Amino acid sequence: MSSPGQASSRAKISSARSHGEAFPAYTEFHPRWYRPRVSTYWWLGKWAYVKFILRELSSVAVAWTVAIMLLQIRALTGGPEAYLRLEHRLSSPWMIALNLVAFAFLLLHSITWFNLAPKAMVVRIGGKRLPAVLISGPQYLAWIAISAIVFAIIISRG
Amino acid sequence: MVNRETEPIFWTLFSAGGVIAALFLPVQLFIFALAIPLGWMHLPSYDSLYALAHSPITRIYLFVLCSLPLFHFAHRFRYTLYDGLQIKHLNEVVFAGCYGIAILGTLAAGYLLWRL
Repeated sequence: MSSPGQASSRAKISSARSHGEAFPAYTEFHPRWYRPRVSTYWWLGKWAYVKFILRELSSVAVAWTVAIMLLQIRALTGGPEAYLRLEHRLSSPWMIALNLVAFAFLLLHSITWFNLAPKAMVVRIGGKRLPAVLISGPQYLAWIAISAIVFAIIISRG
Repeated sequence: MVNRETEPIFWTLFSAGGVIAALFLPVQLFIFALAIPLGWMHLPSYDSLYALAHSPITRIYLFVLCSLPLFHFAHRFRYTLYDGLQIKHLNEVVFAGCYGIAILGTLAAGYLLWRL
């Protein structure tokens, strides 16, 4: 908001500038940082970057899996017909193809997650850093055990 | 929304959800979206799966399995958009969208499991 007084003084200055009188041509000091524009596809340049973006995109597969689980729970509340209808929909070739991709991304998430844990947490025992295998190893074992238990529970259901 | 004080909360949710997703989700998706539709495993009868899902322990298990991974997704996907697409100016919209999905999914899971 500028008051009428300010506006008139600004008008005076600009008229003085345009006449090239009392005011020399100042350039304001305005530092500009060197910021090169990065392309949206910057990560396509190197395999390591592509892997990073793929790993980050695995979160979409995680959300997708939760969505399928929610549909299954809804089908269970809906009764036997809804249950079979969902099963039918999940059997369509498109759905299976999509779920294959989602499953690959889930595996990518699991593997990168377990391998990242030793880097994220540094465990020291007796002043020495615990080797990475001793941190990610048990997680792989837990993964296998949990998967086996879930398999057993579902298979035991007739 | 996200600042020095709140970031640890979001990061903890991301981290906890990441562990749950890594350990439990692959087998879940494999059985129900691949093995059964492809005929490698037979489809459990409605009654038996309902009985399994109906027990309180399974319901708590399913609630955690639905909720935490969504918060993992919200955090990670937000930064994927941030880094990959460089849409800093849409930060608030992206934040609301990602965590909105997580909160809605959690509410949906709670409601469905309550009614089960």
